[in-house]
Amino acid sequence: MAIEVRVPTILRSYTGGSKVVEGAGDTLTALIDDLDAKHSGFKGRLITPEGGLHRFVNIYINDEDVRFLGALDAKLNDGDSVTILPAVAGGALGFAAAAALLGR
Amino acid sequence: MATAILGGGKSHGNVNNVLTIDRAIVDAIFAHARRDHPDEACGVIAGPVGSDAPTRFIPMDNSARSQTFYQFDSMEQLRVWREMDDNDEEPVVIYHSHTATEAYPSRTDINLAGEPGAHYVLVSTREPGVDEIRSFRIVDGAVTEEKIDIVDAKVDA
Repeated sequence: MAIEVRVPTILRSYTGGSKVVEGAGDTLTALIDDLDAKHSGFKGRLITPEGGLHRFVNIYINDEDVRFLGALDAKLNDGDSVTILPAVAGGALGFAAAAALLGR
Repeated sequence: MATAILGGGKSHGNVNNVLTIDRAIVDAIFAHARRDHPDEACGVIAGPVGSDAPTRFIPMDNSARSQTFYQFDSMEQLRVWREMDDNDEEPVVIYHSHTATEAYPSRTDINLAGEPGAHYVLVSTREPGVDEIRSFRIVDGAVTEEKIDIVDAKVDA
């Protein structure tokens, strides 16, 4: 059950600088738990304290955004490739107002 | 207009404290920002990995279509980031416009900045005839303004 995970620059401090790491799991949740066991702290950057996928992190399985695949319940198969990218977002609006606008 | 610039206490390696950028690319950023005004416009200038040279202009959709917020469309971002990977490029510049306020990172910009290696370029289109452009590093919540050197180099066009 090997899943290749592409790690963005901002999270490479957790992976000893590695751009690609290997993980295991048959769902995205299981994969993230596996990655967190190997790279402590990793999970906290992807999952909110409430247990949801962070609004400003994009995770893709092969060519699909996991938000279209059931988010944390998304199924994984041996050989899948997972890509993590920080969302590129911002703007003039104050952060609290932006958060309210985005419904979080 | 004395906006405080938070001094970056940490060193993050290859930071030159200046963004050198071609005038044709700056013109393209302003053309994009004026076209989308009053909505915010956003995009990337890619360049060869490690070069610190922004060479390929990539305007992106603002999926938020907002006058006060921007966000890259996640699928377009994946496509563009893969393209850069395949070309041995990286996002040298990430730009966006503010359409009613100054070209300075907002709290939102600082909190959401996820590319510590990029120059964050802000332009403002609040004045129709005035082009405001400024460049920043945003690393771990610390904003450092840097000089912009606009050069008239030849470009592939």
